[in-house]
Amino acid sequence: MELAVVVVVGSDKPGIVAGISTELARNNVNIVDISQTVLRGVFSMIMIVDISNSSLKIGELRESLKNKGKELKVDVLLYHIDVFRYMERV
Amino acid sequence: MFSPDEITEVIKMLNEEDLDIRSVTLSINTMDSIDSREENVISKLLSKIEKIRRFSDAVDEVKEKYGISIVTKRVSVSPIQFMLEPMPQADFSVRLAKTLEDMAEKGRIDYIGGFSAFADRGTSRSSEVYLSSLSSAMNSTTRVAGVLSAGSTFSGINLDSVRKFVSQIFQMEPHASSRTAVMVNLPPDSPFVPSSTHGLGMPDAQINVAVSGPGVIESAIRKSSVNDIRELHNLIKRYSFKVTRLGELVGREVSNLLGVPFGAVDLSLAPSPKTMDSVARVIESMGVEKVGGFGSLTALAILLDAVKKGGAMATSSVGGLSGAFIPVSEDSGMTEAALSGSLTFETLIMMSAVCNTGIDMVGVSKESDKSEVTSLILDELSLGLSLNKSLGVRLVPIDGKPGSIVDLGGLLGKVVIMPLKGIKSQISNMNGFIPNFLKRLEFG
Repeated sequence: MELAVVVVVGSDKPGIVAGISTELARNNVNIVDISQTVLRGVFSMIMIVDISNSSLKIGELRESLKNKGKELKVDVLLYHIDVFRYMERV
Repeated sequence: MFSPDEITEVIKMLNEEDLDIRSVTLSINTMDSIDSREENVISKLLSKIEKIRRFSDAVDEVKEKYGISIVTKRVSVSPIQFMLEPMPQADFSVRLAKTLEDMAEKGRIDYIGGFSAFADRGTSRSSEVYLSSLSSAMNSTTRVAGVLSAGSTFSGINLDSVRKFVSQIFQMEPHASSRTAVMVNLPPDSPFVPSSTHGLGMPDAQINVAVSGPGVIESAIRKSSVNDIRELHNLIKRYSFKVTRLGELVGREVSNLLGVPFGAVDLSLAPSPKTMDSVARVIESMGVEKVGGFGSLTALAILLDAVKKGGAMATSSVGGLSGAFIPVSEDSGMTEAALSGSLTFETLIMMSAVCNTGIDMVGVSKESDKSEVTSLILDELSLGLSLNKSLGVRLVPIDGKPGSIVDLGGLLGKVVIMPLKGIKSQISNMNGFIPNFLKRLEFG
């Protein structure tokens, strides 16, 4: 399993979770964990996804999620899990 | 696995607080290029371009994988002095500089370091040629960087070589002098230009990494509202660990991709001219109203100790010039302080007691008395010997008066001419070298 973290932030409206998860599914990326909150109208979602069978390279996947985010008017970031593993764990 | 807080913290550091990798450097042994025929030297050097390209591609691949900004790609070569040894001629020295420029351009990298020479105790024929051609070499290139090693705790300081270096930088354009420095106790594995040089005792190739994270530290301090020095120290330590770990991750990945050993991470806070990435602002966030005011050294000393302690745990091999960098032009807070007069040459020398760069990226008027400039450099280098640490000077002589600015653009920023004292100093006109200090005896 090769994991990555997807972070989505923006103003809340229907269809954000559906839009992002459809984009992930379309590229054969599996969602492993998901947490989502709305605080004072600000939507924020953190997903842990498995990119080992992804049809796109991680850079291309980042780009496609970013574009999807533009459509949905939210910011989408994608980082490899190693970044968190290195910075947050000894 | 990771709490939302942890994830948010990393995301903020990377996206809002300007945490990036300053440079990934491929350090390569080019000693096999030494030859008594000019053409052979050039073609052997140029044959390394393929290797450099592969390195450049590997860095791009890592950048894509992790989505982290890697600001510059650099290469270091063996000190060019060695290529000059069989043919100590000035025009060949300039040709070598242009060849390095060619390697950088065709290899798709930003800087190539190693246009360097050692003249710690005396000036050999190759360093003599180096010192007589340095200005022509630098003026005719844009990506070549080099350092004159003019002394060490082992050797003392070669005063003649410092004097020659000064007369060379006075003949340089600002963009050229910003790529060269004079140093003592030069580290063999620095990922920063102009100090980077493929050192003796190193493998044929290695990857060195430099991180940059003043923005992260500043923001952590400002958010925390701590009022206890030990808590503050602890806070900096924690963030500096994270910053350095990112360097370790990127370095290891590039080294794996290339099959080249991983060298060292420079445990540094290196500023960039963007306002979010300034060591001066970190000092100010610790309570000094403007950098240069009393208390600046205390703040810097605490910061550095914490950076080193936090960073030391984050990487298995520390190298380069680990510490906080205080290049005046590359740090918006320092530039501002230099313009307002709160930051002076004396402040910078004082700060050198705890940081490892020295007087870095400061403008001096081309009308200045050269012996005063040489004496300024000697003060800094003597401090390096007395404290047994790496220190250097990178001055940019500019046509103009104190207070004038030259914008070099990009990471180099705005160079401010700072005032000298105008006091004659004949000590730099003496012959010979400054003997190695008592510190030397501690080595046996």
